[in-house]
Amino acid sequence: MKFLQDELIELDADAGTPEEAIRAAGSLLTSLGAASAAYTEAMLDSYRERGPYFVIAPGIALPHAKAESGVFEAAVSFVRLRRPVAFGHRTNDPVDLVFALVSASGADHIAMLRKLTLLLNDPKRVEALRRAKRREDVRELFI
Amino acid sequence: MKMLCVCGLGQGTSLILRMNVEQACKELGISAEVDHTDVSSASGTPADYILTGNELAQSLQGHPAKMIIIDNYFDMGEIKAKLKQYFS
Repeated sequence: MKFLQDELIELDADAGTPEEAIRAAGSLLTSLGAASAAYTEAMLDSYRERGPYFVIAPGIALPHAKAESGVFEAAVSFVRLRRPVAFGHRTNDPVDLVFALVSASGADHIAMLRKLTLLLNDPKRVEALRRAKRREDVRELFI
Repeated sequence: MKMLCVCGLGQGTSLILRMNVEQACKELGISAEVDHTDVSSASGTPADYILTGNELAQSLQGHPAKMIIIDNYFDMGEIKAKLKQYFS
């Protein structure tokens, strides 16, 4: 399981559209070998077909696709956008924090989501995510 | 009494909502069976309450369950307040 290792974190990424934002988070996963390029395409397809349902909190998007779409290892990547982008969500736009999720086995999946949920449930830590200057600052929030 | 948390694919965000709804039920002393699924399977799944975001609520219009819309899946305050509306 690769949960937010340095190579899976990008701060102040430039993305002008939701597609660019999803691609940015997806390419971190591909570079580290957690998922194939097809997985990023599957995340984009899901957004186009099902809409921005994965923007589950103000400013926070959790794009993901089905495990069959080219998954090698459970992982989470994080991209903070330099400028927030509208995904078309009625109440939670615009998005500046993007977490792309890749799940493999059931147990890894649940453990990953639980870690992410505990972090994002805490408004102080979400605020710290927005202010983080370095990747270590982000990783420290998860300890 | 059954609560169903619904998202687009049924493996990621609905599970997050389920974890927080289970926690909220525990804190409020609500006894419920909480499950999660995707929007296509939800129509065929019996439940007393469906919890989901606004984006998918339209697709679930025909379901007999009472719909509870959660805007922020990470806001335990919002989840508890909305559950309390039905269970106080």
